[in-house]
Amino acid sequence: MKRLFPILSVLTAIFLAYALYLALSKTTPTDAQQGDVYRIIYYHVPSAWTAFLLFFINFIASIQYLASRKPSTQTAAKWVVIAIGIVGLVACFLPPVQRLLPVGMRPSAVATTVLLIPIFYFVIGKYFPGDNLDVLAVTTAEVGVVFCTIVLVTGPIWARPVWGIWWAPGDIRLTSTLVLWLIYVSYLMLRRFSNSAETQMLAAALAVFGALDVPLVYFSIWFFRTQHPQPIIGGNSGGSIDPRMLHVLLISWMAFLCFAFLVCWSRFRLELLHREIDGAHATESLAGPGTAAYASLPLNRSPR
Amino acid sequence: MTPPNNSSLWAVTMATLMKDIRLEWRSKDALNSMLFFSLLVVVIFSFSFDPLAEESRHIVGGLVWVGFLFASVTALNQTWARELRNQVLDAYRVSPAPANALFLAKALGNFIFVGVLEALMTPLFVIFYNVRALGPAWQLVPIAILGTWALVVNGTFFAAMSLRTRSREIMLPLLLFPISIPAVIAMVQGTTSILTGEESAHFWIVLLLTYDVVFTTACLALFGMILQAE
Repeated sequence: MKRLFPILSVLTAIFLAYALYLALSKTTPTDAQQGDVYRIIYYHVPSAWTAFLLFFINFIASIQYLASRKPSTQTAAKWVVIAIGIVGLVACFLPPVQRLLPVGMRPSAVATTVLLIPIFYFVIGKYFPGDNLDVLAVTTAEVGVVFCTIVLVTGPIWARPVWGIWWAPGDIRLTSTLVLWLIYVSYLMLRRFSNSAETQMLAAALAVFGALDVPLVYFSIWFFRTQHPQPIIGGNSGGSIDPRMLHVLLISWMAFLCFAFLVCWSRFRLELLHREIDGAHATESLAGPGTAAYASLPLNRSPR
Repeated sequence: MTPPNNSSLWAVTMATLMKDIRLEWRSKDALNSMLFFSLLVVVIFSFSFDPLAEESRHIVGGLVWVGFLFASVTALNQTWARELRNQVLDAYRVSPAPANALFLAKALGNFIFVGVLEALMTPLFVIFYNVRALGPAWQLVPIAILGTWALVVNGTFFAAMSLRTRSREIMLPLLLFPISIPAVIAMVQGTTSILTGEESAHFWIVLLLTYDVVFTTACLALFGMILQAE
């Protein structure tokens, strides 16, 4: 696995360069109204999708971490997640629920998103047992905040020439993204400032609160007029995106996902090493210097 | 030692609540600091805006709630710090009393303190900004009750969470404010729409109610773990 890292890094760099080339090249059509300014979409939208995906993983990992503390809650959480998957899937195709969905949002898209909850839940639970769940939560929160920052920086740069303003205070997606960013920054602050032995648990509880908060933020801005373009991908109302543009957008997203994966991977390994060193130091201070505990420091270990 | 029949949720909640109220009645720490703080907020805002009656209708909802939000943080910071002295919290942790009783008592206590603050400060806001509601004024009561509970329930929870952090006085607003954003939007918009009488505040009351139900449930579900986290 370790030898794979440089290879993957080179491949990702090439992939990112290719995505940038496609985004700027003449073969990708120019937007009829916005001109070349619109090309920032190939950075803005993929970073947003990546950030939301990472925050979603963080939420699932936090739930898993909270549930894994007691076998009874673990079983209960498993069935609740399965029930959410089934009920959500069925509900999306019932007419009364479909009427509640915003215009331009397809029921099948919502159903797929709901179905992702149990899938992610079980995949993450299988591959990240025990404390690794918490390491995953730190990693995804940190990398997610970085991508979310990219979204919040590229957004105003794009808005200024197109809308004429840097920031639209009442816009639903701007505000929800900003609140999401604020919540996760406070999450990272809590982790930094906490000196409890149960920081992981406190942080996981905060992540759950944040996840409950975001839908409420969304609804609270529901009443304001939104300036953002309606969903143009997968939406069935109004104009749709040119297939060539969609192609470049998806390639760009793939490149961003590879990049995010690489960063997450190295951060994950770093966090594991940190914890191992902390544990070894704790053992050493208990057992006295120069004891066998030294040998368990990961840096002194022969490479596997 | 507490006999088993006395350690029910209700009994422990009431006992802790009465103890907190008695402490507050004798010391008046939280109330005095909150009152003076929000008085300063009123005065400073009135100097910095100096609005006409018509304009003030649009901004006073925001001023009132931002003032109460900041003021309530000073009270919330003191709720748990009081229990750290003499290891009261440790004693509570090993006792058979339900954890949620402690949380409910603390949240109810804060609700009462912040409610008293609002009852005393609202006339001052009315005088300083010369406001009169053009919409149905009785709807301000459910907004005030639900809004205060929304601030207080999460505030009590996050105050317990930030108890074990460095510089916890700073940590509480950092944790509380991002999560409170939907509640603050609902309170401010609801109050403004009642004061201006331009639209119905119905949606905002329902939103506040949803917020309260969701977060009260989440707090009660997770507080046991927070209390045990050392």
